[in-house]
Amino acid sequence: MNIYVLVKRTFDTEEKIVISGGNIQEDGAEFVINPYDEYAIEEAIQVRDAKGGKVTVVTISGEDAEKQLRTALAMGADEAVLINTEDDLDELDQSTAAFILAEYLKDKEADLILAGNVAIDGGTGQIGPRVADLLDINYVTTITDLEIDGTDVKIVRDIEGDSEIIETKLPLLVTAQQGLNEPRYPSLPGIMKAKKKPLEELELDDLEIDAGDLKLKVKTVEVYLPPQKNAGRILKGDIGDQVKELVQLLHSEAKVI
Amino acid sequence: MSKKVLVLGEVREGVIRNVSYEAIGAAKQIADGGEIVGLLLGDNVANLTQNLIAFGADRVVTVEHPHLKSYTSDGYSQAILAVCEQEKPEAIVFGHTSLGKDLSPKVSSRLKSGLISDVTDIEGSGDSTLFIRPIYSGKAFEKVKINEGIVFITIRPNNIAPLARDDHRTGSVSSLSVDITNLRTIIKEVVRKTTEGVDLSEAKVVIAGGRGVKSSEGFKPLQDLANLLGGAVGASRGACDADYCDYSLQIGQTGKVVTPDLYIAAGISGAIQHLAGMSNSKIIVAINKDPEANIFKVADYGIVGDLFEVIPLMIEEITSLKVGS
Ligand SMILES: Cc1cc2nc3c(=O)[nH]c(=O)nc-3n(C[C@H](O)[C@H](O)[C@H](O)COP(=O)(O)OP(=O)(O)OC[C@H]3O[C@@H](n4cnc5c(N)ncnc54)[C@H](O)[C@@H]3O)c2cc1C
Ligand SMILES: Cc1cc2nc3c(=O)[nH]c(=O)nc-3n(C[C@H](O)[C@H](O)[C@H](O)COP(=O)(O)OP(=O)(O)OC[C@H]3O[C@@H](n4cnc5c(N)ncnc54)[C@H](O)[C@@H]3O)c2cc1C
Repeated sequence: MNIYVLVKRTFDTEEKIVISGGNIQEDGAEFVINPYDEYAIEEAIQVRDAKGGKVTVVTISGEDAEKQLRTALAMGADEAVLINTEDDLDELDQSTAAFILAEYLKDKEADLILAGNVAIDGGTGQIGPRVADLLDINYVTTITDLEIDGTDVKIVRDIEGDSEIIETKLPLLVTAQQGLNEPRYPSLPGIMKAKKKPLEELELDDLEIDAGDLKLKVKTVEVYLPPQKNAGRILKGDIGDQVKELVQLLHSEAKVI
Repeated sequence: MSKKVLVLGEVREGVIRNVSYEAIGAAKQIADGGEIVGLLLGDNVANLTQNLIAFGADRVVTVEHPHLKSYTSDGYSQAILAVCEQEKPEAIVFGHTSLGKDLSPKVSSRLKSGLISDVTDIEGSGDSTLFIRPIYSGKAFEKVKINEGIVFITIRPNNIAPLARDDHRTGSVSSLSVDITNLRTIIKEVVRKTTEGVDLSEAKVVIAGGRGVKSSEGFKPLQDLANLLGGAVGASRGACDADYCDYSLQIGQTGKVVTPDLYIAAGISGAIQHLAGMSNSKIIVAINKDPEANIFKVADYGIVGDLFEVIPLMIEEITSLKVGS
């Protein structure tokens, strides 16, 4: 099986967001593999171990994403590809990011492509379905179980808490939801091996993409922090009185009950 | 300039979801006087059209086909693209629901348009509309505009107000016949795990329990309070991991994102991954034994105490308030 995993480098979830000069401050922040992409990588490794084949992880990012790709290799992926757009592009939106990924994938004859269902920073969840559409293959989002038998695929899909049992066929793109598996931690031997695994770096030129042709369809005009909440009111006194006061506040001040 | 806007009415179990009425509200603002066309897809939806009109659609188009009974991205996108071909909308609005998230990128890809997902607020109208959406799990926001092509957005439930329902409104209804073929996904079965009643992502009141609830029976008083307030019960991952409740209730970074008017967190410590799913709620109440718990930092009102004492007292107090009014 020829398996590809789309991986995004994102802010560590614990990281505080600071804005300076109109942009999110990245200096000094910890970066991780987007948590949903860890499920995708784990699933890809399990499928490969069961069916044979090769797992390639792909990201569009800058130089710094080598760290996340090495982590994916240490988990057990076989090869990594960094599409480095640092020199060519200042900005990227979902349609251009998906276009670049699809241009890379179009002649790879992938049987299975896995992605996260959403990136916890950008948070649109568009990339998976967009890439599948550009490649003209089927996709199933937010999956929690995957069984492959030949080219037949059986999937459990999470739809807002309910489960859909789905049948479809390879080639296919799926996006991972929590519950799909328990992503492994890279082992020490895994980390050692990862240093020697192939990591290919490509630029838009290598994909025969002209940066000038990549027109942004959406544009961010401002990034800002949510208004600081005033410190909440911790009620005091006898529990019975606190509850009375709370219900009054919710009723007359907040007007939510 | 005014815009013609297409709004997808999402039907679930024979009922149009609330978020679709909110989508009409959003469409009104983008339209700036332009026409709003409601769209209903399914195997039997003709009886629902008046709802969209009552909430502000000027006109409704239906596409009915046996293959549209259950949602599939192939089936729905074929129907929508045929409608776009006929109607030539300048803007499209879906709900940012499971269906909307799955379908919108495909339709957008086909239309070669941009797509702004998970919009929580709209500024301006017509050509100068700006869309606000949370990024970094609600820790920041961005204002986005469409740079080129049609305006296509999905809106987060519970954030944009619908227009008031007006059953006197009238509008024309037409149906379009579309050949739906080549569905690559076959849905064998849907296993319902969510409880009947109020949908968690659309609920105006959410009562959420954490590890502090201690057992599945412990959720009973929370459910009672939710029933009393017409709300839904949610949970932290701590509670789901401990098997006190189903994962379908999980709120947070890897669960549902909710923005109710009232969020009550009982026995939840307030981990950053939990806050990611609820911090944009309008009013947050925290009930926790530990005065140092992080949840108090985001709460509007807090009670330091035992939830098993506080929740039953709240039920009593609210019941008497309701009887009194
Ligand atoms: C040089 C550069 C400049 C950028 N500038 C901007 C900017 O100005 N504004 C802005 O909003 N964003 C910017 N980005 C981020 C870029 O827009 C996103 O990578 C992309 O649009 C994905 O959108 P999303 O976060 O909504 O992902 P989602 O669609 O939510 O991601 C879903 C899944 O798609 C896959 N995926 C997502 N992104 C990538 C990726 N980059 N590589 C491989 N797989 C991926 C992952 O599997 C992920 O789990 C920039 C990125 C780069 C490299
Ligand atoms: C990648 C990743 C993703 C995650 N995604 C999510 C997510 O989507 N959602 C989520 O919720 N978590 C998520 N988590 C887990 C998160 O970090 C916390 O572990 C989890 O939220 C803790 O749940 P809790 O608050 O119920 O439990 P605890 O942290 O154990 O807190 C229990 C609280 O209950 C209080 N308490 C105990 N008894 C009582 C009582 N009788 N009355 C009142 N208070 C009482 C205690 O004081 C304590 O504050 C994620 C973690 C990771 C690493």
